[in-house]
Amino acid sequence: MKFIVSAIITAALAFGFGLYFPWWTIVIAGMLTGFLIPQHWGLSFLSAFTGVFLLWGLMALFISVSNDHILAKRISMLVIKNSSPYLIILITALIGGLTSGLSASTARSLHNLIKK
Amino acid sequence: MKYFIFLVFLLMNTALVYVLGTRSVLPLPLGSFLSVQEGVWQNAEPVDEDFNASLRFDSLKGKVDVFLDDRLVPHVFAEQENDAYFVQGYLHAKFRLWQMEFQTHAAAGRVSEIVGEKAINFDRNQRRMGMVYAAENALAAMENDPQTISAIDAYTAGVNSYINSLKTSELPIEYKLLGYQPEKWNNLKSALFTKQMTQTLAGYDRDFEFTNALKLLGEENFRILYPSLPDSLYPVIAKGTVYNKPLAVLNPPASADSLYFKRTDTIQFVEDFKPNPSNGSNSWAVSGNKSQSGKPILSNDPHLGLTLPSIWFEIQLKTPAFNAYGVSFPGLPGVVIGFNDSISFGFTNAGRDVKDYYEIQFRDTDKKEYWFDSSWKPTTRRLEQIQIKNARTIEDTVAYTVFGPVMYDKSFKTDLTEEKAYALKWVAHDTSNILKMWLLLNRATNYTDYLEAIGHFNVPGQNMIFASKSGDIALWQQGNFPLRWNDQGLFVMPGTDSSYMWKGYIPHEENPHGFNPVEGYLSSANQRAADASYPYFMPGSYEVYRAITINRKLAAMNNITAQDMQLLQNNNYNVFAEDARPILLKYAIKEQLSADEKKYFSLVASWNLMNDATEKAPTCFTAWWDSLHAEVFNDDLVQDKMPLAKPEKFVLLEALERDSSFKFIDNISTLNKEDLYQMVTVALKKASKKLASLEKENKLEWGQYKNTTVYHLLKTNAMAFGREGLMNGGGNGIINATQHDHGPSWRMVVEMTSPTNAYGVYPGGQSGNPGSQFYDNFIAQWAKGAYYKLWFMESAAVDGATCKWKMSFASK
Repeated sequence: MKFIVSAIITAALAFGFGLYFPWWTIVIAGMLTGFLIPQHWGLSFLSAFTGVFLLWGLMALFISVSNDHILAKRISMLVIKNSSPYLIILITALIGGLTSGLSASTARSLHNLIKK
Repeated sequence: MKYFIFLVFLLMNTALVYVLGTRSVLPLPLGSFLSVQEGVWQNAEPVDEDFNASLRFDSLKGKVDVFLDDRLVPHVFAEQENDAYFVQGYLHAKFRLWQMEFQTHAAAGRVSEIVGEKAINFDRNQRRMGMVYAAENALAAMENDPQTISAIDAYTAGVNSYINSLKTSELPIEYKLLGYQPEKWNNLKSALFTKQMTQTLAGYDRDFEFTNALKLLGEENFRILYPSLPDSLYPVIAKGTVYNKPLAVLNPPASADSLYFKRTDTIQFVEDFKPNPSNGSNSWAVSGNKSQSGKPILSNDPHLGLTLPSIWFEIQLKTPAFNAYGVSFPGLPGVVIGFNDSISFGFTNAGRDVKDYYEIQFRDTDKKEYWFDSSWKPTTRRLEQIQIKNARTIEDTVAYTVFGPVMYDKSFKTDLTEEKAYALKWVAHDTSNILKMWLLLNRATNYTDYLEAIGHFNVPGQNMIFASKSGDIALWQQGNFPLRWNDQGLFVMPGTDSSYMWKGYIPHEENPHGFNPVEGYLSSANQRAADASYPYFMPGSYEVYRAITINRKLAAMNNITAQDMQLLQNNNYNVFAEDARPILLKYAIKEQLSADEKKYFSLVASWNLMNDATEKAPTCFTAWWDSLHAEVFNDDLVQDKMPLAKPEKFVLLEALERDSSFKFIDNISTLNKEDLYQMVTVALKKASKKLASLEKENKLEWGQYKNTTVYHLLKTNAMAFGREGLMNGGGNGIINATQHDHGPSWRMVVEMTSPTNAYGVYPGGQSGNPGSQFYDNFIAQWAKGAYYKLWFMESAAVDGATCKWKMSFASK
């Protein structure tokens, strides 16, 4: 339960920050939930990862489908030299997930450190 | 332990964000680039995008309604003329902002700001050529004319209104790719755009190459290899036309024989970034007595580098003063090639040489004084500061002389010695307002208006084709062409003496022109405008063959329809091969050919002379002839570091037609004396090696070999945004002038009936966004030679089937 709530809150914060601030504010979203919601650092990582992975992945998927993958085909060609819309969506989701997940773990380990 | 865990996470986290946020590790900052809310995903335009909008801007005087049709062509209906230009600026920016800025940055020599050190040489070249100086002079002339300045001010305001509304997430993809931000638009940028076009069309010359060739070969051979008048010339203005006597007979200065024609040295450095000599066009107009409808038909297809986003943007502008439709340049207000209620207009390049070099004698290396008319004259010095991405700004001081900027000296071209410096004299530097011509053409209603409009145009010299609903057709070669004595400016001139300066310009009324000729048609295809009876020296870089096919076809055609004209624009007949093939077939020694060579020989022998995409013979013929050309001339003309010009293909063909023992056939690096039989046979043998390897890769078919490609403006750096492998025919010297990455950038046919019957297509799309379905949606149609019927709206009454969206603009 805590895991799911934490994932949802991270995604919500990341989305909110994203409306007004640069992409790296997903770090802050991950850190906030990682610091404030007590979980093992591994679970902190996974919940923040899941939250932003799904947020970015689903948003990119939605955008790309309504675009008939026109852009995703070109961007995947540009970035990975291969016309593969779903792969570039996956890479997008992984970047968001990893960044946010690592941030949550960092904050969690900081919390553990201070608490003692 | 907990410290350790924290530190490891912190380190990994920081490293990840750094890697994803910078360009110094990966080529792209993948974090921001792929971020869903900030990066490129925001450029993915939904295929059901709603372009309807209602916008308000302070600077508008009245209402403007824009109807966007199903191809995203805006039909702008404005209550005030200047509001139309405001909205045109807004729309150009909305659909083409990155391109507009990039092209004008390139014109101004500011590419290093975007891509870094690799563009320094390009930027210096632009600055030293005086591109910004030329644009400043043009802007001064625009500002002097109330009509022009109010149009351009409105246009600039429109562009900036769009830029101001732009959020970071909405920036065009290329900004995200290269990592920079757009700056404000200004009037100078529009002036810079006109100079970029001038450089493209009137920036080609061979002065250094010719100077070396004259010295190396002597005058007799020079005239043989670089003749000014092809035998097969079909001039723009029919042969036999009687011209007025020249206003004055110009003679070379007394010193010319020693100082100009008999130089003692050659010039050893290589010029970069020369414009493509294939830049050109076809255009023609047929009169009502040759058309089925009884009304004139005008056709035009400008041949330029094929790019995405396209150089052209289609638009209709309806104001109280006029209703014009056609293509515009993102960067300029008005319709550039098109038609209105009464007339139509198009352009081909005149190809005349309007650019000369003068050798300057500086007093010392400071370049503050130069020797001119028996005394030391001061130079004007212009400091060029070139900003470079991720590096220090560099400075380059360019000395300006009475002729113009000193483009080449040792500080720029290290192969030159300290004593050598060359100043550029170029019509593009003159103060002039060419935009005025289009503002007037858009509203012209008859031949007199057209004449008044084109009088404002000085450079790049164009053949301006005209047709009216009232039944007139006309063509003027228009521009400021220097008055020169014979052979003046072919070679580098002494810069120490005013007697070598141009003697003004040929008066406009003496420019070659035609009006309602008895033949019933007028055409131009970058050939020399007039034959030898034209009383002024007219050097240039001219095409020979397209004009021959066009004239032959038009002379034979009657009852012409708009569809006939479309077919003619797509004609693939190779008239050069018609004359060149018999020579190849006659002189090849069949007994010496291998099986492969015989195969290519028979392909050429049985060819129908059409450069169609699926034919193999055009590839074989081209390879064979090019190989012969190299066999004949390379021994005479290939020199390390000394620029020399390749003789044009008509030179070899006409020489061999006249004399099969043409003196350049012999290879001077061998002891034997080669004859034409040997040369043609060796040429086939060499070409066959190349053809065999092409055949292995399955690239022998002309379309496969040519591999027509529309590159993105960033060329091979962004192949994902370009289109490769278009199967189409045509080529150099063919009416369908489609080469690998160059060719008809807009095809238009306008029949002057009521209502106007017009067709057009360009290899691109209205949107410059690679994430839009409108980015390249015209390419398939263009590649197969098909057209779109142009929807010329007479009134704002909306046709629901064609009009998809409406944007309303009003003042606040």
